[in-house]
Amino acid sequence: MRRAALLTALLALAIAPAETRAERLVTSLSNHQVMVTSSFTGEELVLFGTVEQDAASKPRQNYDIVVTITGPRQNLVTRRKDRVIGIWTNVDSRFFVNVPSYLGVLTTRPIPDIANRETLRRLGVGIDNFILTQRIGTDLADVVPDDPFRSNFVRLQRQKGLYLEEQRAITFLSPTLFRVDIPLPAEVPFGAYQVDVKLFADGAMIARENSALEIFKVGFEQFVANAAREHGFLYGLAAALMALVTGWLASVIFRRD
Amino acid sequence: MQIYLPIADLPVNIFVIFAMGVVVGFISGMFGIGGGFLMTPLLIFLGIQPAVAVASVTGHIAASSCSGALSYWRRHAVDLSLAAMLLVGGFLGTAAGVTLFTKLRSLGQLDLTIGISYVVLLTVIGVLMLMESVRAILRSRRGGPQQLRRPGSHAWFHGLPFKVRFKRSRIYVSAIPVWAIGFLIGFIGSVLGIGGGFILVPMLIYLLRVPTATVIGTSMVVTLVTMASALVMHAVTNHLVDAVLALILMVGGTIGAQFGARAGYNIRADRLRLLLGLLVLAVGLRFAYDLAVKPDDLYSVRPYEDTLL
Repeated sequence: MRRAALLTALLALAIAPAETRAERLVTSLSNHQVMVTSSFTGEELVLFGTVEQDAASKPRQNYDIVVTITGPRQNLVTRRKDRVIGIWTNVDSRFFVNVPSYLGVLTTRPIPDIANRETLRRLGVGIDNFILTQRIGTDLADVVPDDPFRSNFVRLQRQKGLYLEEQRAITFLSPTLFRVDIPLPAEVPFGAYQVDVKLFADGAMIARENSALEIFKVGFEQFVANAAREHGFLYGLAAALMALVTGWLASVIFRRD
Repeated sequence: MQIYLPIADLPVNIFVIFAMGVVVGFISGMFGIGGGFLMTPLLIFLGIQPAVAVASVTGHIAASSCSGALSYWRRHAVDLSLAAMLLVGGFLGTAAGVTLFTKLRSLGQLDLTIGISYVVLLTVIGVLMLMESVRAILRSRRGGPQQLRRPGSHAWFHGLPFKVRFKRSRIYVSAIPVWAIGFLIGFIGSVLGIGGGFILVPMLIYLLRVPTATVIGTSMVVTLVTMASALVMHAVTNHLVDAVLALILMVGGTIGAQFGARAGYNIRADRLRLLLGLLVLAVGLRFAYDLAVKPDDLYSVRPYEDTLL
C-alpha cells in the first residue's frame, strides 16, 4: 500500500513538470559575434526558433513569441532644456542608472493582446514594462511609463535606433517555426548582449530561452580606441606628430620657391 | 564611402569630412587663420559629440598651422622670441582650459558654454573686424595713407614693468600683456576648439603693435604649439581625440589651405579683413540663433561617466 502511494507520488512528480513545460523553445542566432570594422554601418541578425511539442503537450496553434534583446548596462543622463533669460539651456536632469544601452523588443502581436497587464508587467514585456531605474534624490526607482523624463528618454533612444519595439516583427514560417530579424544600428554599443525569448500561449508564459551575443570592435578601430583609452599620452603624442608630419608634407609638396 | 570613426563611435562619409577639410582649409589659407571656429561647429552639425569635435579639431589646426608656419619660417617672417613669450602664457591657458572643459563636461553645461562663448567671441570680434576694415577701405578710397601703426599712441599697459625687446618685430613692450594674450589664446583654444589665430592676429597688431611682416608667421607658430599641446592634453584627460577624424580633416585642410593662400594673394588686405569679419560675424549670429530659438528637441540623452552612482 505504502509502496503504491510512493509510486503515485513519484509518477505525479515526473508528470508535473512535463505538464507545465509541455513546450520547449529551441532558438538559434545567425551570429553570436558581431565585429565592428571601419565599414560597419549597422547589421541585421536573424534569430530562428522552433517550439518543440512533446506527447504531453496540447496541440496548439496560437503561440506568441516575445524576443527581448538587452545591450550592456550603462548610466545615462537625460536633460531638459528651458528658457532662462532668453537662452535655451539645460535646466533639469534625471539619471538613468544601469539601463540597457540597447533594448529591442520584438513580438508576434501587439503586446496588450499577448497577456494581461499584470503578467506583462511582471515579466517586463515591452519597453513600457521594462524596468528603467532612475535616481530620484537618493532613491533608485522606476517611474510610470508616461513620466516626461522616461518617455522622452525612450523616445530619444528609439530615434537613435537603440531602443525599438516592433509588434509584428516575428513571423511563423510554420505552426511551430519562427524567425525574427534583429536590427542593430551603426551606433550600436559594444559589449555583451542578452537575447531573451519568451513563449506565450493563452495569456501565460509557457517557456523561456536565453542566449547571448557579443558586439566588439576589431582590427584598426579597436587598436585606435584601446590606444586612446589606455595610453592617452602616447596616443596624444602620436596624433600631434601626425599633425606635424601632415603639415610638413603639405608645405614640402606645395612649396613654390 | 562610409568609414567608422573609432572614438566618435559613428560612421561618417569620408568624402564629406574630406570636403569639409578642403573648404575650411581654403578659407583658413586665404585669411591666414586656423579655421577651427568654422570646423568645430560643422562637425557638431554632422552629429559628432561637441567634446569629440573640439578635441579632434585641435589636430587639424595643428597641421594647417604647421604647414603655414614652415612657409613663413622660410621667408624669415617669424619672431621666435615673441612666440616663445606668448607660449609661456599659452601653456598655462591651455592647461586651465582643458581642466575647465573636463569640469563643464561632467556638469552637462559644455554645450551651453561653447554656444555662448562662440556667440560673444565671434560677434564681438566680427563687428570689430568689420568696423576696422570698412574704415581702412574708406581711408584708401579717399587716398589717405594706410597706417596700422599709430606712433606715439600708447595704451596703459605699455607702461607695465618687465620690458622686453623683440628684435625681429622691432617692438619694445612689457612681458605682462604678452603673457596675458598668450594665456587667453591657449584658454579659449582648448575650451572652444579654435586655434585663436583670428583673435591673436588683431591683438598682436592693435595691442602690441607687431608689424604685419611678422604677425601671421608668429601667430602660426603660437597656434601650432598651443594646438599640439592641447591635442596631447585632451588625449590624456578626456580620451576624446579621434585620430581618424583628425587625419581626414588635416589632409583635406592642408590641401585646401594651399589653394586658399594663392586666392588670398589676389585680394587686397583690407577687403580680406572685411570678408573675414563678415564670416566671423555670420558664424557668431548662427550660434546666437541656436541659443535664442526654441530647440526642436528639449530633451537630450548623454552617457554619464561618474563613480558617484
